[in-house]
Amino acid sequence: MSTLEILFYALSAFVIISAIMVLVSKNPIHSVLWLILVFFAISGHYILLNAQFLAIVNIIVYAGAIMVLFLFVIMLMNVKQENEFKKHLLVKFIGVLSGGSFLVLLVALVKQTVQLQGQKVLLKEGNIGLIHPLGKALFTDYVVPFEISSVLFLSAMVGAVIIGKK
Amino acid sequence: MPIQYYIYLCLALFSIGVIGVLTRRNAIIVFMCIELMLNAVNLLLVAFSKMFHGAALQVTPGTTAGIDAQIFVFFIMVVAAAEVSVGLAIIVMMFRNTHSVDINFLNRLKN
Repeated sequence: MSTLEILFYALSAFVIISAIMVLVSKNPIHSVLWLILVFFAISGHYILLNAQFLAIVNIIVYAGAIMVLFLFVIMLMNVKQENEFKKHLLVKFIGVLSGGSFLVLLVALVKQTVQLQGQKVLLKEGNIGLIHPLGKALFTDYVVPFEISSVLFLSAMVGAVIIGKK
Repeated sequence: MPIQYYIYLCLALFSIGVIGVLTRRNAIIVFMCIELMLNAVNLLLVAFSKMFHGAALQVTPGTTAGIDAQIFVFFIMVVAAAEVSVGLAIIVMMFRNTHSVDINFLNRLKN
């Protein structure tokens, strides 16, 4: 087994275990911390795929900004742990059952797909994930969506302020 | 690395997000599970991008085929950041009105 495979399996196990812990944790703050671990492991996957720009952006935007926003809101609301609302056990079971059957269905579908047989993912070769090709593509072919996303940010900011002021 | 491994990993991550949305009642946890699903899709897009790039490199060396998926992931991250700011504002407003983040309080919307 090569080093890349060992890294892939270790990061994958880390992602899955942390994602399960997000659901299992009773305290929302623990869930947020586990989710930050998930994002760091996914950034590790991006580095493994040589998508360095996305790895850094994932850490800065998700683990840095979004999760801090989540923590901020949770601590602001100060939700008591004792009145943690329980869902009915039957509803929980049905939820896990439907999610699991969704997973089984799609895995079976992927296993049977002929077009995906023998396709390999380039792990460390290929330089499309570096800043230079990405920036070139972003400011030539995708400059209009890039500008529109700034308008989206402006409207999201105005919306958040208006909703929060009421 | 075969593409199937990445697909299985992302499917597992996405299904964990789906199960979380279906089983938890805390609105913030539900929101976090939606983020989890978005990240599973992002990882899958990057894996497919590298798969496509690897196939195109063998035909024409020095090509930048497959870069579109990574640009797409970048835009998904942008939209997710905007979505989180508005969604958390809505959750804060809901907490201010009902003093709870239980999503079952929201069923009064149906009347």
